[in-house]
Amino acid sequence: MPADPSAHGAHAARPEELSTAQVAAALPGTAPTGRPAPQRLAQAALKDLPWEVGVAKPDPAIVVDGVTRVFGGLTAVSVDHLEIQRGGITGLIGPNGAGKTTLFNLMTGFDQPNTGTWSFDGKDLGKLAPHQVARLGVVRTFQLTKALSRLTVLQNMLLGAQGQRGESFLRALVPGGWRAQEKENTEKAMDLLRRFKLDAKKDDFAGILSGGQRKLLEMARALMSDPKVVMLDEPMAGVNPALTQSLLGHVKDLREEGMTVIFVEHDMDVVRDISDWVVVMAAGKVIAEGPPESVSQNQAVVDAYLGAHHDAPLTVEEEDQVLAEVEAEIAREEQGPPRVPHANRSDEKDGLV
Amino acid sequence: MSELLDAFAIAGKAFFGFQAIFFALLAIGINVHFGYTGLLNFGQIAFAMLGGFGIAISVSMWGLPFWVGVIVGVAAAVVLALLLGLPTLRLRADYLSIVTIAAAEGLRLLFRSVSATPVTGGTRGLSAFNADFINLAPWDPAGRHQILGTSWSGGELWVALIGWLLVTVFSLLVWQLMRSPWGRVVKAIREDEDAVRALGKNVYAYKMQALVLGGVIGAFGGMVYAVATGSAIPDQYQNANTFLAYAALILGGAARVLGPVIGSMLLLFILQFADTGLRALIDNGVIPEALLSSTDVAQIRFVLVGLGLMLLLVFRPQGIFGDRREVMLDAR
Repeated sequence: MPADPSAHGAHAARPEELSTAQVAAALPGTAPTGRPAPQRLAQAALKDLPWEVGVAKPDPAIVVDGVTRVFGGLTAVSVDHLEIQRGGITGLIGPNGAGKTTLFNLMTGFDQPNTGTWSFDGKDLGKLAPHQVARLGVVRTFQLTKALSRLTVLQNMLLGAQGQRGESFLRALVPGGWRAQEKENTEKAMDLLRRFKLDAKKDDFAGILSGGQRKLLEMARALMSDPKVVMLDEPMAGVNPALTQSLLGHVKDLREEGMTVIFVEHDMDVVRDISDWVVVMAAGKVIAEGPPESVSQNQAVVDAYLGAHHDAPLTVEEEDQVLAEVEAEIAREEQGPPRVPHANRSDEKDGLV
Repeated sequence: MSELLDAFAIAGKAFFGFQAIFFALLAIGINVHFGYTGLLNFGQIAFAMLGGFGIAISVSMWGLPFWVGVIVGVAAAVVLALLLGLPTLRLRADYLSIVTIAAAEGLRLLFRSVSATPVTGGTRGLSAFNADFINLAPWDPAGRHQILGTSWSGGELWVALIGWLLVTVFSLLVWQLMRSPWGRVVKAIREDEDAVRALGKNVYAYKMQALVLGGVIGAFGGMVYAVATGSAIPDQYQNANTFLAYAALILGGAARVLGPVIGSMLLLFILQFADTGLRALIDNGVIPEALLSSTDVAQIRFVLVGLGLMLLLVFRPQGIFGDRREVMLDAR
């Protein structure tokens, strides 16, 4: 049992949580403050749904039915029925090896299932190649960021644009045919780069960007294609806390622009913060769904993360107390270092308790 | 001293000669495959052989006009590229390299086999198919021309002129393609196929287009070689030539338009200069016979080239035209 997710699970079980606004206020410059309250239409639409696996959504963008994927003797994914609400942020969580990434691969055509069907906007995605899925407006990012190292940041962005005339071999030979479109795309790319604060890097090779900047670039590049559904595979993994806040802001922006977002994440604070709906997977199956606050109370989820027979002597409260003591000690040792937002959040919470 | 000057002049001819054109065209093709698209084609010589034999067989055996032979050579290269690409381009990069190296050896052995003799001339190959082309020369093909201390026949000069014209045309083609959105997709495929797929590009189709394009350019290299030598012999198309073309590409700088061209010229210059230069030094007794005999020169010059390449990779891994920052990104 990996230790890390269990710790997050314990945190998530606690009802007291700093609201995003408070965190944002504590972090000048990293998160949007004073912005009008985002429209959380999906959250409202999903409010009255029962917290059941396979529950029908009012307006599903993606419907998965009976999808199984077997690797040798291991059933990596076996999902009976899953619907993803349009215009919402759906968090996909689960312990390592739960089949989250495999499900992503299946849904985007990077892998073919043994059985099952799935559709986007009623269109069957079953036999489509990855690029065909992408052209329908379902784009994804990867867990291990795929920045195209020896292309510049701007070239990375331009690659995301769809329907480019100059990408056909013969038409590429006549620059007059694609110059105007290229100029439009460049303007659009620069707008996005400015939004993601990468515009100063536009002529640098993507290979020299930091890990967090690569995550930003990958997300910005995906947005160049004007997607309808964005699937983010661990967008915050390996990103420093300040940048996490900015990435979170961008993900929320996607929802405000009406896109459907599905993301895999291990950090429960992030999941609680931005998800309208959470789907929990374990051992290839969907074991729970519901609004973020429902999931941490779900016995199946706790069992999946901690093991069904975790006869731990500590209760959740005791565990938190131990954790708080240790963290306080660390804080003392570090003699009040500059406030690292994310790491301090648990401290502040413990102070509130 | 005058021998060394002669050696320099002879090497200078090699700098512009048909062999430099041959390697330049092979290397431009490899540059499209390997330098830009990331396809490991280790059998570029097979495309050249099909080009050369396309003309040779069409003219000598089938009695077709020279220009039809050129079209046959190009068509054969396209078919070979499709045959090699269809099963392998969906797989990892290694599979293409395995298949191309096998195809290059296999095709050469097939062309020199006894059963193929009625078509390809077997080990003796075919000859006397270039007269139509040589006679197009605007000057007397048999006459001698002295250019900067080197002596060229009219025919040689004509082949070199058309050859360098082809190199120029293909270099311009590659330059135009690689600055277009098509080139951007192809370069992105070199970096990471899956990322490009996720952005809605049909990676398989782009790889196939690049494979065909590079193969056709290689076929033109084989045509220049066959027309210049006036004969097409299967054993001329040893796969070592593919790797010499790779050496030329790396010397000049991969993923640079002029890299393969300048690289090939320099490679041929160095090979020829080492050859005549060493021979001159041995004849003059500067290098004692006991250390190096003139019969070893042909081998030792490749050792020198190898040594030079090693030094190049240590001190200038990007080649002559490459961008060091770009090459170093791979090390991360």
